[in-house]
Amino acid sequence: MKSAVLVFPGINRERDMARTLRLVSGQQPAMVWHTEHELPAGTDLVVVPGGFSYGDYLRCGAIAARSPIMDAVRQFAAKGGLVLGVCNGFQILCESGLLPGVLMRNENLRFICRDVFLKVERSDTPFTRGYNAGQVVRVPVAHGEGNYIADGETIARLEGEGRVIFRYSGPDGMIDPNWNHNGAINAIAGIVNDGGNVLGMMPHPENHVEAEIGSTDGRGLFAGLAEVLKRAA
Amino acid sequence: MKARVTVTLKSGVLDPQGKAIEGALRSLGVDGVASVRQGKVFDIELDGSDRAKAEALLKQAADKLLANTVIENYHVEVLG
Repeated sequence: MKSAVLVFPGINRERDMARTLRLVSGQQPAMVWHTEHELPAGTDLVVVPGGFSYGDYLRCGAIAARSPIMDAVRQFAAKGGLVLGVCNGFQILCESGLLPGVLMRNENLRFICRDVFLKVERSDTPFTRGYNAGQVVRVPVAHGEGNYIADGETIARLEGEGRVIFRYSGPDGMIDPNWNHNGAINAIAGIVNDGGNVLGMMPHPENHVEAEIGSTDGRGLFAGLAEVLKRAA
Repeated sequence: MKARVTVTLKSGVLDPQGKAIEGALRSLGVDGVASVRQGKVFDIELDGSDRAKAEALLKQAADKLLANTVIENYHVEVLG
């Protein structure tokens, strides 16, 4: 698996992400600065990590989304390349037009930093093949603007095409407003693009991959990707 | 040339910050406020003096970066 982790000014989760990619796949990712115009040759996974690019100025992810490297990511995604955006990465993917919709301020106006439960809606995507459909995983969130919305037509299309991959749920998989901590429409925590090769999600699976931390629930996502990309190689 | 771009949330888009301000005004005893929506103002200093050109440039700035047209409207104004 030849992965590339994008690095923008102000971002602070890129090393967690790189560490996880190395732990799970056994291969060191390339760190790619935002002013680059090309991804390293042979890249098969691009990860846009979390962490407050440009201090969240203007809108979360807005300035990073217009950086030179994102043109290369757009071309990579158009050819079917796998792109994963986590937290600020999800916001950047939405702002760059790679995913529809937008992440608004959390409904309760609070910054939320804690573990949440996610229901995995599908296991037949490159991102979720390490899980079973309907499985509930526990991973952390840390965001002030994770309240996903889009216009009604877009939401209907996302739901109709099975593009909602993760939803906030209770530990038993129940979808209930009490577990939807940021107020996202339909409790949406993660979506894929129409090609199914770009995933954006608010929670941080990269932080739950080691038993010492107390949960390895996030590992499945990276292990699944590593397996897909090993087979493709 | 001075110019101003105002960015506001489209109607129907939830504005939690506006709601919080609305509640604060009420608790401060500022009566008669029906609702509050929060937006952004960008004061921009432009080179040149061609108004039509300035408006086109400001629209480009708003479309490319200042506004997210999924959820926001914008208004450009050349102040002279």
